[in-house]
Amino acid sequence: MLSINHLHAGINGEEILKGLNLEIGAGEVHAIMGPNGAGKSTLSKVLAGREEYVVTEGSVRFLGQDLLALEPEERAHLGIFMAFQYPVELPGVNNTYFLQTSLNAIRTARGEEPLNSLNFMKQVRSKLRELNMDESLLRRSVNTGFSGGEMKRNEILQMSLLEPKLAILDETDSGLDIDALRIVADGVNALRSPERSMLVITHYQRLLDYIQPDYVHVLSNGRIIRSGDKSLALELEEKGYGWIKAQEAAA
Amino acid sequence: MDAAEKHLEELARTGYTAGFVTDIEADTVPPGLDESVIRFISAKKKEPAFMLEWRLQAYHKWLRMEVPDWAHLNYPKIDYQAISYYSAPKSAADGPKSLDEVDPELLRTYEKLGIPVEEQKVLAGVAVDMVFDSVSVATTFRKQLAEAGVIFCSISEAMHDYPELVQKYLGTVVPQADNYFAALNSAVFTDGTFVYIPEGVRCPMELSTYFRINERNTGQFERTLIIADKGSYVSYLEGCTAPQRDENQLHAAVVELVALEDARIKYSTVQNWYPGDENGKGGIYNFVTKRGVCQGDRSHISWTQVETGSAITWKYPSCILRGDDSVGEFYSVAVARAAQQADTGTKMYHLGKNTRSTIVSKGISADRGQNTYRGLVRMNRGAENGRNHTQCDSLLIGDRCGAHTFPYIEVINPTAKVEHEATTSRIGEDQLFYCRQRGLSEEDAVSMIVNGFCKEVFNELPMEFAVEARKLLEISLEGAVG
Repeated sequence: MLSINHLHAGINGEEILKGLNLEIGAGEVHAIMGPNGAGKSTLSKVLAGREEYVVTEGSVRFLGQDLLALEPEERAHLGIFMAFQYPVELPGVNNTYFLQTSLNAIRTARGEEPLNSLNFMKQVRSKLRELNMDESLLRRSVNTGFSGGEMKRNEILQMSLLEPKLAILDETDSGLDIDALRIVADGVNALRSPERSMLVITHYQRLLDYIQPDYVHVLSNGRIIRSGDKSLALELEEKGYGWIKAQEAAA
Repeated sequence: MDAAEKHLEELARTGYTAGFVTDIEADTVPPGLDESVIRFISAKKKEPAFMLEWRLQAYHKWLRMEVPDWAHLNYPKIDYQAISYYSAPKSAADGPKSLDEVDPELLRTYEKLGIPVEEQKVLAGVAVDMVFDSVSVATTFRKQLAEAGVIFCSISEAMHDYPELVQKYLGTVVPQADNYFAALNSAVFTDGTFVYIPEGVRCPMELSTYFRINERNTGQFERTLIIADKGSYVSYLEGCTAPQRDENQLHAAVVELVALEDARIKYSTVQNWYPGDENGKGGIYNFVTKRGVCQGDRSHISWTQVETGSAITWKYPSCILRGDDSVGEFYSVAVARAAQQADTGTKMYHLGKNTRSTIVSKGISADRGQNTYRGLVRMNRGAENGRNHTQCDSLLIGDRCGAHTFPYIEVINPTAKVEHEATTSRIGEDQLFYCRQRGLSEEDAVSMIVNGFCKEVFNELPMEFAVEARKLLEISLEGAVG
């Protein structure tokens, strides 16, 4: 589904990703862990198409297409969704309106009929019930004055509504208390399906207690230096990043 | 010209979709201004004698006045002798009795602008008093309004049919010598709208006038006078658009509102005059004096404006809160892009006890646009417990535009309270990226963010006007980012 090959990318002339390789198959959940500054956020932004990040080498293919040649909205239309580490406030923009516009932009791009308000509300209400979220979220301005937990829940709601093929969770656990973390994780787990792949980017192992990955990769200094199953995360938790770096240095 | 060239020219013209010129024989005086021109206008309109006197007084005051230069605006000096002060479509000379008698060319102009009168009559329930150049050519719904006792006509008609009302109120809110442009207007205004709502009457429909500047080199000097008698209510809509021009066109309108005891006037404007090309060439100069007086206790005046057009905007719709417990409101969205300059805001004069005012100003600047908010809140000695809340937000798109805020606050009464909040924000790359990641195009994202920014003001507009305003804003900001 997603194939990253020898990817070099950076911002403001500084190279951050230095030859990253990653293959994600349909329905797989991959976790990327790594210390601060390893390039985790850069990876998610390059995949989503943030313009400030410049790719200097390598390729990314998604569903057979050259992902890097596409605009951010075209990537969204193809089925890439990124849950933001810091969701952005849009003052005065009603959340329902935003969700409907977003869903219909994607539906239209895929040649589907846009949903009218009635059908949209039906759909969004059923998603809210599935995710055990409060409807009051819909009446507010997008992320404006939201608590950290509310923002992340709103991201999960969007993801559930837009039904992406690849969901990138960019440090979704940051700033969440344990209850909020559980709600978010439950939401993510509810969305797991054989057609949907996920890339979970996190600094801490604790999110992986709730979202069990199929694969765990350790990112350090712009490259994946180690891959394994979920036991790798536990090992990391126990021994710290220093352990893996030291191993790498020795190798 | 071959077909391809024609097509290209067509495309070039669509830059400003309302930019076309209607070909109608006009009855125009040569450029220049002196007493004889004023006598000509007054005679042409068969005005009562008091009006000629009044105009001449204004003219002599104007001669001694100076052009104000305090605004944050930059424009070449206007040659007032190069302007023609009277122009009327000839076909209107006999005065059309119904729409059937209106020059079809005119009606087509309005249709091109998306204002089909027939459709409006049916769909929106809006009575339309169109001003084409300087003479009103069509008035609809007159009968229905007459049944409610509402007078809604051109100000020229009002001078003939209701001279005592005109004489009683004209110039009481904006005196002849109030400012340079108001004095000029008082001397030479050719037409405009008159509204009178009798005591206790709620006007059965929203009243609307579409202004359109059409004649080359013709200054537009509309005069509007709205009187809401005790306990009455009226909502008035004003919308404008103009055809493309090479010369700058001066527009100096005066609007006076009078609200007596317990009366309420809601005045909404969507202004889309030609802003000029990328360098501001050919755009409208808009120097407007709008003021309302809350004459009676518990009266209420509310101004809402969406200003997207004009090369220069100089405009401060104001409220004089004379009656006790009276309320003044000002809600504004002003857009300045390309070379547009807007210096706009409001003045709230609190004279009576327990008077309250609210100011919400949203300025949007893009390209090289310069947007200035200038507002005065004055609490006079008698303004016991006066209250004002001002919110003044600026949104910047790109890095070459400017936003400026000049709030003036004068408080003489110690029991009065004045609050001022101001913010400046930039449409962020973060916001745009967030929207695009959710599948929205950049244009849609900008339009959504801007609409969100303006929401508090749009909420104050009547429904169909709000839809129009949103569309207008979208068109105005097309291509502003990127």
